Amino acid sequence: MVAEIVPPRASSQPDNASQLHSVTRRAALLGAAGIGSLALAGRAAQAQPAKPAEIKVGIATYLSGPASVFGVPGRQAAEMLFDELNEAGGIGGVKLRPIFVDEGPGVDHFVGEYRRLVQSENVNLIFAGISSADCLACAPLSDEMKRPTLLWDCGTQRVFEDGKYEYAFRPQANATPEVLSALLYLLRAKPDFRSIAVVNQDYAWGRDSWDIFRTGLQTLKPGVRVAAELFPRFGATDFSTEITRLLALRPDVVLSTTWGGDLDAFIRQSNDRRLFERSTFVLPLAESSLERVGKSLPAGHIIGARGDHWFLHPNPADPALLARFTENYRKRFNAYPIYSTHHMAQAVFAMKAAYEKALAAKGGGWPTDAELAAAFRGLEFPSLTGRIRIREDGQGLEDQLIGTTVNTDKYPFPVMTDMVVFPADTVTAPVGQKSLDWLKTLKPEMVQAMPQPVAFKP
Amino acid sequence: MSRTTEILLALAAAALVLLLAWAVPWLRFVLTIALAKGLAVLGILLLLRAGQVSFGHALFLAFAAYAVAFGASTIPEALILLPLAAIGAALLGLVIGLFVVRYREIFFGMLNLALSMVFYSLLEKFYAITHGTDGIRLPPITFAGQTLGSEAQGWAMLVLALVLALGFGALVRTYLASPMGQALAGIKTREARLEFMGASGRSVLLAAYVLSALMAGAGGAVLAMTSRHVTPALAYWTASGELVFIAILGGAGSVFGPFLGAVAYELTRVYAAALVADAWQMILGMVLLLVILFAPGGLWGMGRALLARRRAA
Repeated sequence: MVAEIVPPRASSQPDNASQLHSVTRRAALLGAAGIGSLALAGRAAQAQPAKPAEIKVGIATYLSGPASVFGVPGRQAAEMLFDELNEAGGIGGVKLRPIFVDEGPGVDHFVGEYRRLVQSENVNLIFAGISSADCLACAPLSDEMKRPTLLWDCGTQRVFEDGKYEYAFRPQANATPEVLSALLYLLRAKPDFRSIAVVNQDYAWGRDSWDIFRTGLQTLKPGVRVAAELFPRFGATDFSTEITRLLALRPDVVLSTTWGGDLDAFIRQSNDRRLFERSTFVLPLAESSLERVGKSLPAGHIIGARGDHWFLHPNPADPALLARFTENYRKRFNAYPIYSTHHMAQAVFAMKAAYEKALAAKGGGWPTDAELAAAFRGLEFPSLTGRIRIREDGQGLEDQLIGTTVNTDKYPFPVMTDMVVFPADTVTAPVGQKSLDWLKTLKPEMVQAMPQPVAFKP
Repeated sequence: MSRTTEILLALAAAALVLLLAWAVPWLRFVLTIALAKGLAVLGILLLLRAGQVSFGHALFLAFAAYAVAFGASTIPEALILLPLAAIGAALLGLVIGLFVVRYREIFFGMLNLALSMVFYSLLEKFYAITHGTDGIRLPPITFAGQTLGSEAQGWAMLVLALVLALGFGALVRTYLASPMGQALAGIKTREARLEFMGASGRSVLLAAYVLSALMAGAGGAVLAMTSRHVTPALAYWTASGELVFIAILGGAGSVFGPFLGAVAYELTRVYAAALVADAWQMILGMVLLLVILFAPGGLWGMGRALLARRRAA
């Protein structure tokens, strides 16, 4: 075993040149002392970090376990986008190399992997991760180890509402806008519903998302009866108990933020027992299951994609970019890109934009870790469908797209019609406010203020 | 092996761990976690002497880890939290032990498994208190009243884990040599004989059970203070299975086995994950299969056999 000994990167060295401009004796002495200490420290302290031979990016994603339905497409998208970036000459003339690590074994393994990526692989950036627990654990670690970290896919709003970080940023939305936009869409599409039931996976996301939805619902439309709150265990394959209860209770609306294999099973079994004919379903994560469930998901139900990620986006900022990405991804992996591939693209585009911003700010000089991290704050960069801005607290502002399922001859699975793209700032909790407190201040007028739906164009 | 050789070997192993952590900085964290798990496995070893396998020992580890996570907001001092959490785990071990020591073998193992899963569900279901699967982030803690930087904190935890490992290792070795420890072997061979001698099988097992819970608790506290994020996965049955896995890997013949096994397990996992992010589970599984097939005494047994052969030659 050979220990790779890497000099600690200089983060903020005093600029000796500027001190020597006004030559007082004190300044000259200080400058000399500075130069002396530099010489003594040898190569461990460089005022200017040299251009690296390559930019290494550590990417944490699920390669095993149930969440690999998002993790594997995320990795595929990363491989494709890194290849494309390298073909185009890399960033600032430097090629990139992704290093993937598996989030599957849990938080303490991941924390060890994070340290390995920084201290052994000496990566320049880290993209982490899909699990909210991993994001909550690594955001403080990014400050400790001073390595820029992009929270590329996790949803919890707690990261930036409960903490302040110098090196962690999220180039995507969080749970609050993702769930609130589905609620607003429901209130507009079906204003007269009187009862609702929820079927969520029994873990943090299932509970959190229901908290957000219920708080928003109580504020915007008080008096709706909650017919049932069902939390089947995470990884459940049989939903017959839940479906039987829902058939008996006849709620007007069924909400489920379930994903992956659980959602596929829930949709198929609900379809078999004709639950879709009795209740309107609201499935904010169903976009990622569409190709698997196919026409088991009937028309007329509300679905979302954790952002404005949709290969048939009604008005993308750069239609050619979205079409090219969808086409290349389909050619290479034989599947339609789902939201996690969009999230990965956002992380890659944010990284590129931040490097370019930091390089420009330094007149072409290679940025230090601190300078690179600073470039992310307030950064605006393109996503596959629109533009995203990273706020001063590190949270990204991303538009949200919600639609209603419709069946067409062109695709073997339902697609969206009556699509509404919610502008990010209308559905995201402002800086410094906790989501649940902010949701209680919403006004019912915001339902009327939402943009007009756009129908599916074959 | 004489007592002096064992002491020398233990000190040499501790020095090797420190050297490795110094030479390869990122391994410091991995080694601390390995030693923490080794402490819990030491408890499993104690029960293995009595022929009992607990498939739920992660319960005590997770209990102590959560005790640290909750306690850290009121008393942010590592040297107070650690004994409190470990004693808490030992008390829990006493309560649970009173029930489970009535059972033997598969029933003992399964009852432990069931109780640890009950604790797992509690952590997951009391969402408002525990934040469910997202887990709890530990606030910064002081060490002997000193607020340490991240580097110094890492070293402090590693040294603490080493001291605990040496201390508990010595304690378990003494315990196993004592009449209480010899009686454990009596449970394994024939319990009725033990009862005829006037020793109660249940209280012998209970004493060992509480001691093992105490050690798992100490391990859990170190684990929580090192990774600084606790989730219910710590109490899941796979975490308990991992501890039994390490016990088999290291070998149950000596107090060195658990630590040797834990370090080997963590290093294999980390290097396998670094080498093939996709199939690291397969490598880990193959290592265990090879050990079971070709070295039933575990890594420790393998090392001893090699040593004995050289001496004979």
